[in-house]
Amino acid sequence: MKKTTWYIICLVVGIPQIALSQTEPISTENWVSSPGIIGTFVLIAIVFIIAVIILLAKVNSYIDGMKGKQREKHKMAFDDELIAMEDEDIDYILEKRKAALKYKLKGNELGGKHEAFDEKGIIQRIDNSPSNALFDEKQKTTLSIETPIELKKIVIYYVGAAAFWLVLGTLIGQYLGMKFVWPEMDHQAWLSFGRLRPVHTNMVFWGWSSLAMIGLGYFVIARTSNTTIYNYKWAWYAWRLINATIILGSLSLMLGVNNGGGEYREYIWPIMLLFAIGLILTFWNFYKTVATRKISEIYISNWFILAALIWTIVLTTIGYLPFYQDGLGETVIQGYYMHQGVGMWFMTFTLGLVYYYLPSSLNKPIYSYSLGVLAFWTQMLFYTMIGTHHFVFSPLPWWLQTVAIVFSAGMFIPVIAGTTNFLMTMKGSWNHISKSYVLPFFLVGVIFYFVGSSQGSIQAFRFTNYVWHFTDFNVAHSHMTMYGIIAFMLWACIYAILPKITGKEPPQVLVGAHFWMAFIGLFAYMISLMAGGTYKGLSWIEGEAFIESVILMKPYWVWRAVGGSLMFISHLVFAYNFYYMVKDYQKIKTSTSTKNVEKLTVK
Amino acid sequence: MLNFHKDHKNLVLTAGLVFVALSVMVAILPAFQMQETVPLPNEKPLTEAEREGLHIYVKENCMACHTQQVRNIEMDKMWGSRPSIPSDYFYSKKRLDVWRQSPSVLGSERTGPDLTDIGSRQPSEDWHLLHLYNPRAVVSASVMPSYPWLFREVPESMLTKDDREVVAPEAYFNKPGIALVASREALLLVDYLKSLKQTELPTGISKDFIPAKKRKEVSGGTSNSSNARSGPDGANLYKQVCVACHQDNGKGIPGAFPPLDGSKIVNDENHETLIRIIIQGYDANPNFGVMPPFGEQLTDEEIAAIASHERSSWGNNAPPVSEDDVKKIREFINKELNP
Repeated sequence: MKKTTWYIICLVVGIPQIALSQTEPISTENWVSSPGIIGTFVLIAIVFIIAVIILLAKVNSYIDGMKGKQREKHKMAFDDELIAMEDEDIDYILEKRKAALKYKLKGNELGGKHEAFDEKGIIQRIDNSPSNALFDEKQKTTLSIETPIELKKIVIYYVGAAAFWLVLGTLIGQYLGMKFVWPEMDHQAWLSFGRLRPVHTNMVFWGWSSLAMIGLGYFVIARTSNTTIYNYKWAWYAWRLINATIILGSLSLMLGVNNGGGEYREYIWPIMLLFAIGLILTFWNFYKTVATRKISEIYISNWFILAALIWTIVLTTIGYLPFYQDGLGETVIQGYYMHQGVGMWFMTFTLGLVYYYLPSSLNKPIYSYSLGVLAFWTQMLFYTMIGTHHFVFSPLPWWLQTVAIVFSAGMFIPVIAGTTNFLMTMKGSWNHISKSYVLPFFLVGVIFYFVGSSQGSIQAFRFTNYVWHFTDFNVAHSHMTMYGIIAFMLWACIYAILPKITGKEPPQVLVGAHFWMAFIGLFAYMISLMAGGTYKGLSWIEGEAFIESVILMKPYWVWRAVGGSLMFISHLVFAYNFYYMVKDYQKIKTSTSTKNVEKLTVK
Repeated sequence: MLNFHKDHKNLVLTAGLVFVALSVMVAILPAFQMQETVPLPNEKPLTEAEREGLHIYVKENCMACHTQQVRNIEMDKMWGSRPSIPSDYFYSKKRLDVWRQSPSVLGSERTGPDLTDIGSRQPSEDWHLLHLYNPRAVVSASVMPSYPWLFREVPESMLTKDDREVVAPEAYFNKPGIALVASREALLLVDYLKSLKQTELPTGISKDFIPAKKRKEVSGGTSNSSNARSGPDGANLYKQVCVACHQDNGKGIPGAFPPLDGSKIVNDENHETLIRIIIQGYDANPNFGVMPPFGEQLTDEEIAAIASHERSSWGNNAPPVSEDDVKKIREFINKELNP
């Protein structure tokens, strides 16, 4: 803890000098060599390198597979030889076999100079027809996790609803992206860009990410507390409330009923109230479950999950109370709300999930428990303060902007703590990359956690903000974080847990297709908008006519739409994989478990 | 005492309370503080129509692409004469009604231009209506959505006096015998847009932009040549100020905005009428929309640059206009108005 204090002092003293000398003139000359821009290049390079590594691992395992096939061929040739053998030879072998059955150890076997061969038939199973040469067959997960059927149902329904909103929400997002290329696609009021944009953002926020998180959270809470969920009914009430929020909210936005356009609080309060009640029910349910836990320690995941819920309840309340929201008061709250929505809800909750699902899918403990605790408290301390960095150079008080920039830099502490913890947990298990897609999903999520968050901190700096603020770069950043971090981590958790509770694994090819399309799509999406956004900002600084910046964005918008399409297709694959995992899950599980019980009792 | 690892009550309570305390500090108190702002002495409240227009602005969520904040950095100079201050939002940022909070007009994305001062930059109602009906009719490269549902199609015989007809180019609206009429919502929205003007600060208070560093002159001989072409860039200014109506090719929009290419006034050896129109505006030709005055917005030097650009571009070939010429005409106009 002493170390932490030291870090904090260092940052608070050191960062302002780098990040904000307000009155100095700004120049766009040599913009490429500005620290913020270089930092961003480095960060993107990291993602790219990791992608190359994952690809190489996969290619390597593919080559191994090919080699294996070669070996099989030789064996087959040997089999043919056996079939073609004469009767005498076969008799000879049979004699040998008879002798072998009567065989007894002489005691000098281990020391002999004979060549070893499997005369006794000790090897149990040889698979002569590997079904897929592209991927090693992943070891079947043991189905031994004993989960009450009610809990299974909750997890599956939450994740299922989330998958539905993901597909619909990103379909809308894709449609919006295409509108930049073809602005005259339709002439319907309820499909116009202004009305539809918040439908997309809110749907993927509250529909996809939130429902998936809560669903996965139910499993973690029950499992790490070694008990059952306090009240199953409440889980269903919350499920209905949250889904109702998204249905009603989306409809009202399309009808033009908008809370005032503050990002992520476009739903009017009577609708958002349903969501808040859902959260409170969920919180109380989780809290009571943890309170009745059968072990004394509270696992670190539960810290994050409980805190995320309580923080978000506070946040929603502050965001919607009207007393201080006239004039620029609303703008202060908007900065606070939109950033904490991401930081205190999605990021905190998802980190909680990763602290459980990552080590459990690797079957080892988390690298450092206390690093997790450090990340927890610094997350709360730093993340809360940085909302106003969305309004740098705005008419908001300069001290508030300064606090936001300084603490944005402070965000490096929880981010580095978290990243280190996850990477060190993965260390030694890298071979899982070639065996399954759970680890690649986690790895990409963790790398984006580092890259996206650091990039966000860098973006709050003076020069970078100067170039990038108001441009499409922001859109790239939010997809890098909400998609690169949150969505990838959630997919990792889903692919880690669902097969264990339903007993059915989706084909590796399809999981791979999901992974690569989502990843390449995201990469195309963010690189195009980052490059375009930078040129846009530079064009503004040069004082060119505004329309020039619209014209120069056009090719980048096309590439964004291409990336978006890949992402959307990958979601269709994910939806199918989900369907495949949960189809008839009750039959599968009940049949195996009853068999076991019968065997034990009857015999 | 506080064993967070084993005591769930303390853990949740501490996390919750510290968060509330931080939130009060960084959000609620500053928000209350910002709410105490008072309007500038000469700031005009929104009229009933303008307020209704703001509601339509919110309904269509124009904030998704348009900001309304001039930041205190030099590149934002094109959006207003001074950086925005909290008082600017006194009248527009009030709770809309029981259901909806104060609108987030500051915005976070500048996919389209900033609108802080759109009322001064583009005071023409004709332009706004046509632009709303189909942005590409006036700005060919625009990616803004069209808002046809803010317009009605009425048979010409049924037109009444109160109907505000919009003249659109044939390529965008071509239905013989049918007139395009702006709905009440469209007119209210345009009322609101036209009301968006920066209020001048009382004398004595100055709020400046953080300047951008002057581009370093390449040492030695080249400095002369850069001096020679100093002064505002007419082509760029034309793009910023004039192109919305008169178009990049100088051909204007038939039925709405007159062409400059081949125009008698633009090519006239005597540039007085041209300069006068730029300074004072023009509403003499019933075939076209009203041209707003630009004398307040542009300096003599800038007007000269624009006029010279217009006189030498496309098919035009007339001698350039100097800053002094503009100055003389401006003085003349001032004398005319205040004899």
